[in-house]
Amino acid sequence: MNGVIHAPATRPVPIPIREILPWAAFAGVLALLLIYFIGAEQGATALILGHYVHEFVHDGRHLLAFPCH
Amino acid sequence: MVSGLLLRGLLAGILAGLLAAGFSFLAGEPSIERAIAFENAIEQAAPQPPMPEIVSRSVQRGTGLLTAYSVYGAAIGGLFSLVFALAYGRSNGLDPKALSALLAFAGFTAMGLVPELKYPANPPAIGAPETIGARTALYFGMLAISLLAMILAATLALAFSARLGSWNGALVSAAVYVAVAGLAALALPPVDEVPVNFPASVLWNFRLASIGARAVLWAALGLVFGGMTQIWLRGGKPGRA
Repeated sequence: MNGVIHAPATRPVPIPIREILPWAAFAGVLALLLIYFIGAEQGATALILGHYVHEFVHDGRHLLAFPCH
Repeated sequence: MVSGLLLRGLLAGILAGLLAAGFSFLAGEPSIERAIAFENAIEQAAPQPPMPEIVSRSVQRGTGLLTAYSVYGAAIGGLFSLVFALAYGRSNGLDPKALSALLAFAGFTAMGLVPELKYPANPPAIGAPETIGARTALYFGMLAISLLAMILAATLALAFSARLGSWNGALVSAAVYVAVAGLAALALPPVDEVPVNFPASVLWNFRLASIGARAVLWAALGLVFGGMTQIWLRGGKPGRA
């Protein structure tokens, strides 16, 4: 057994919250906006006039279980 | 560190979205076509001025489907990587692969399976246009409650497992999630707007394809993100931080 070095079982170190927070705020807002456009725009509410967004993502919206029309 | 996780989350999410779109194209599109045929037959029985076709069917089931899933995948993948950043190192020393798979399973349960049980996906021809506001509010309400209940259960899991051991602690926190989501599902009103004579097999196949596609998305996201992150953080070797 001599010469065999066992690596100590290391526990992963937590990432400090203050390091995560700015990324979470930025990417979180962006992600929610994208989900809104795929899931709900020109359905119950509309930011853009017309039906193009709704019609373009139509099949995906149905299959992702968002209420479509 | 966080930026590297976010980048991997976006990449894994887009890939997962593309896979789920492929699954949807094969498993879900046939029922959408049959539902649209049903809708057209109803409209011909009671003629109304035809709606102008803004986007053709071939674009809807091709580029449109692919875009919807890959954008949704990128958004979910980004959020997923941030949850991973928060949970890593705070989850009983789970390694990246295992933590990613566990988080993806929790995400699928909270955002896919449980809302589906209360407000299942509907193909075209189902749902009255005048109730879209109420149906959207109820669906997003159920989604939010389910997600918050999962966050609560996951937070409590650490405290429970410190007292009861990891197996029993996980069971108790799972029971907390089931209780909160179950009470919400009982309290919220039902939605059932399936027209008389709508073919049951089309509805069944559509809903199966819908939840199947979301299972593909979350499974691919959890496994691909976990694999990439494991290699990045540990050089593929176990036990090296």
